[in-house]
Amino acid sequence: MIKIEKLHKSYPIGKDSLHVLKGLDLHIKEGEFVSIMGSSGSGKSTLLNIVGLLDNHDAGNYYLNGQLIENLDEKKAAILRNKFLGFVFQSFNLINYKSALENVALPLYYQGMGRKERQKIALQYLDKVGIADWANHLPSELSGGQKQRVAIARALVTKPKVVLADEPTGALDSTTSHSVMELLKEINREGMTVFVITHEEDIAEETDRIVRLKDGVIISDEKTLKKSKA
Amino acid sequence: MFDIDRWQEIFQALNKNKLRTALSGFTIAFAILLFTLLFGVGNGLKHTFEKQFAGDATNSVYINSGRTTKPYKGLQSGRRIQYRNDDMKFINEKFEDKIQFFSPNIQRNMQVIYKGEQNRYNVRGVYPDYQPLESAVIQDGRFLTYLDLERRSKVVAIGRLVEKDLFGNKHALGKNINIEGISYKVVGVFNDPGGDNDERYIYTPFTTFQGMYKPNDELDYIGLTFNPKLTVDQALAFTNSLTKLLKEKHSVDPRDQGAIRVRNYAEGTKNVEQFMGVLNIIILFIGIGTLVAGIIGISNIMVYIVKERTKELGIRKALGATPKSIVGMIMMESIFVTAIAGYSGLLLGVFALESLGDSLEKYFILNPSVETYVVVGATIVLVIAGTIAGYIPAKRAASIKPIVALNDE
Repeated sequence: MIKIEKLHKSYPIGKDSLHVLKGLDLHIKEGEFVSIMGSSGSGKSTLLNIVGLLDNHDAGNYYLNGQLIENLDEKKAAILRNKFLGFVFQSFNLINYKSALENVALPLYYQGMGRKERQKIALQYLDKVGIADWANHLPSELSGGQKQRVAIARALVTKPKVVLADEPTGALDSTTSHSVMELLKEINREGMTVFVITHEEDIAEETDRIVRLKDGVIISDEKTLKKSKA
Repeated sequence: MFDIDRWQEIFQALNKNKLRTALSGFTIAFAILLFTLLFGVGNGLKHTFEKQFAGDATNSVYINSGRTTKPYKGLQSGRRIQYRNDDMKFINEKFEDKIQFFSPNIQRNMQVIYKGEQNRYNVRGVYPDYQPLESAVIQDGRFLTYLDLERRSKVVAIGRLVEKDLFGNKHALGKNINIEGISYKVVGVFNDPGGDNDERYIYTPFTTFQGMYKPNDELDYIGLTFNPKLTVDQALAFTNSLTKLLKEKHSVDPRDQGAIRVRNYAEGTKNVEQFMGVLNIIILFIGIGTLVAGIIGISNIMVYIVKERTKELGIRKALGATPKSIVGMIMMESIFVTAIAGYSGLLLGVFALESLGDSLEKYFILNPSVETYVVVGATIVLVIAGTIAGYIPAKRAASIKPIVALNDE
């Protein structure tokens, strides 16, 4: 699903440049539930941005769903994001003047789907994440956990190949964090590839595979021991 | 092209961000309102000015005579020059294509009586062409005709104030008035934008008047208007050559200024036109200044709006919005708001001018108004300016990486 070979990325800082990713190799298969662990500055967010086509890489190869990503202009990137990727952000990134339902329906709008149909589908997904009752509330009227559920519903609504979650629990308390992780697990059990970035050990523990990143290189890549996994 | 979904998206964005919408709308509406008012008031000044100079046709030429001041060809100075019917014929033959209206004139101050009322008025014997020369406007009946001339009819067209003096509130049309013992029938009443004096004249057919009060075929002076197609310089050349020929015909020294006097209003018109030109430039300057202020205002606001929305645009991009759809959305929003606001500013301004009407006449502002195409044009200019001002930051916002936009707080 996601295949990365010798990925490099550096950011210009003044006259110097900061080498953030130093030749990463990573292969994530369909249906995996992977977390990227690392302290801040380890390059994990950069990795996610590149994987999420929000940013481009300097060198190396990146295959998304078997397709080599190169020379992507904004338009192509937008279409690929819409088609293959769903995003969950730490700060939710909901549009504050749109209701939960409208936020979830927005990616479908960019697919060109009709209003009635996309509202119907959006409502199904809100129901799936358990907040259908809050469909017509604005983000400011929702709790953090509820906002993240809306964001997850929005990430899922286009039936993407991969859900990318950048510190999905970073702004949530532990109980809420746990329930959000449960939701992601459930999604993963339905066959969705889920890619989580976190710096919290216990959050990473809930995934199937932990990739540890330090100073732009992978230092370990191992399966977690899970009782529930039969 | 028309996409209901897209419009719904736009209406929602506008509706949920009322301050933003109001701010840009207000700028445009206010700019157009100011533009309309200033332009209208400027036009009001212009109208007042035009009215001050509206007494006579601006292309009129009057040909008077006097006494010679220099001896010439053996003739003494102090000789009186008398125009006769053959002078009329002479001028008409020489300058046929340069003359628009033409009329000789005989004028006498006479006692006029109707029933118990009497007064003295200037009575003029003229051709029917004298009406456009004086810019007289018939309000009742008719002016003199060539048939009246031919028949030497005893008919008169009287000024509005003559009617008022002699007839009070009654109508003069069809009544007979007595001018120094001879009865004339009133066939028309006129008014004249030139003012009270011009409305106290009585006009009677030239032939009638000449037959009664002039020996032979003498006449007092000649009025004409030159062909309006002539430029001011051509008109002045025409009257110069006319003066020269008349001097030759009457054996007057070419340097003699007193005997043949040709007064061309074009000279005055030239000054008036220059003044109007300056006034126009001032009005234009005011208009352009207001527009520029409006353009700067709307540009600032558009830049601010797009800046404020950077994060939202980033989210939309992450969800699959193409740069084109982002730019399109911002453009349509801004065109929609500026067009609606511009139109309401326009209506408000026109309405304000309308209700002002002539109430500011004291301050030399008469009928302040604006031509429709000017305000509509101004509105379109502002809409386009708003669009361009929105396009540049929108384009930039659409092309920055979504991750940068998302991190924008």
